Amino acid sequence: MAMTGVLRAGFVQLRVLDLEQALVHYDQRIGLDVVEQGPDGRVYLKCADEFDRHSIVLREADRPGMDVFAFKVAGDADLDGFAERIAARGVDVDEIAAGEQPGVGRRIGFAIPSGHRIELYADMALSRSAPPTENPDIWWNDPRGMRARSFDHCLLYGPNIPETADFFTDVLDFSVTEKVVAPEGGPTIAAFLTCSNKAHEVAFVDHERPGMFHHASFLLDSWHDVGHAADVIARYDISRDIGPTRHGITMGQTIYFFDPSGNRNEVFCGGHRFYPDHPTRVWTVDQLGKGIFYYEKELNDRFLGVVT
Amino acid sequence: MDGVGFRITVEEGDAPFSCPDHERVLLAMERQGRKCLPVGCRGGGCGVCRVRVTSGRYCTGRMSRAHVSAGDEAAGFALACQLIPKSDLSLRRAAQADNDGRKRPWQ
Repeated sequence: MAMTGVLRAGFVQLRVLDLEQALVHYDQRIGLDVVEQGPDGRVYLKCADEFDRHSIVLREADRPGMDVFAFKVAGDADLDGFAERIAARGVDVDEIAAGEQPGVGRRIGFAIPSGHRIELYADMALSRSAPPTENPDIWWNDPRGMRARSFDHCLLYGPNIPETADFFTDVLDFSVTEKVVAPEGGPTIAAFLTCSNKAHEVAFVDHERPGMFHHASFLLDSWHDVGHAADVIARYDISRDIGPTRHGITMGQTIYFFDPSGNRNEVFCGGHRFYPDHPTRVWTVDQLGKGIFYYEKELNDRFLGVVT
Repeated sequence: MDGVGFRITVEEGDAPFSCPDHERVLLAMERQGRKCLPVGCRGGGCGVCRVRVTSGRYCTGRMSRAHVSAGDEAAGFALACQLIPKSDLSLRRAAQADNDGRKRPWQ
């Protein structure tokens, strides 16, 4: 199947308590490049292996967390098509004019049952430091910090996971690659969703409070780079959550840590690939420890409860 | 208690621990291998280490207004990861009702 409709996780806009500290973290430690600071103070960043001009937006605010998670669609007509389908589902759709973020075309936005704001857009300007395309070198500038290659996905916490997963599959044409179910045919309490070949573009875990942010994740080249990220975390006293370890779910090799405002980040490598003919992989809650932390085989309260 | 610092007492916790006047209370606790307060993001964002200071002087770093409002702050609420002592302190755990580590039914 060629990719149509929603292509991929595009950008996430995060709130931070202190922009200066956040920039040291995302630029120097994770290794993103600052693209620009907009007139309203928001700062736009990108990873080395991304063609579009930005993937991370930081906004200084009095509370951390996520403003919006946006997906890129294949063409402008898809925006109208999805707006129609979302409205037919009984969900209000609003439109944000082109240019609200520099270099980004019009966006449509809506709230999903988990309480998060999701947006879709079709156009974003190419980055001035986009990867080379003619006899391409592997990068323009030496990678620094954790050497993040690209923004990959977000994990979000909130209520109504079955309804949220159904919205993504029925309305946005995503597939559930993996899910966690309560015992004896109980409801889905976690869903991993993709619109591409990746193990997930977005995932949801059941939580009492709506609209909560669990983590934004960046792709690294190798397990050795995950170890290097652990060295960066130790050297600069970054608040570590857990890892290096491996997930049973998605099979990714990973380490988790927090930005200076308490928003969780992941850097990872590996993981399985998805095709639309694959069956959904199912985990039962009694095996969730192994699903989340494959080596430790036990859950950690912080990973399940700490969100912004 | 180890080393030099102010005495931090967590009500209904075990023995007090020490925290120097330049260190954040939660990090001093972790460094000494103590577990009387829950540890979350350590960045003033998640709110799981929310406490009420019942006695003593202190200052704080930036804390999420979702967890410590201006009114809360005036009433002595703080996040232990952003709490820097200026005297001996007594603290009481004060997690918010919907952020107290309560498990979901499936947990």
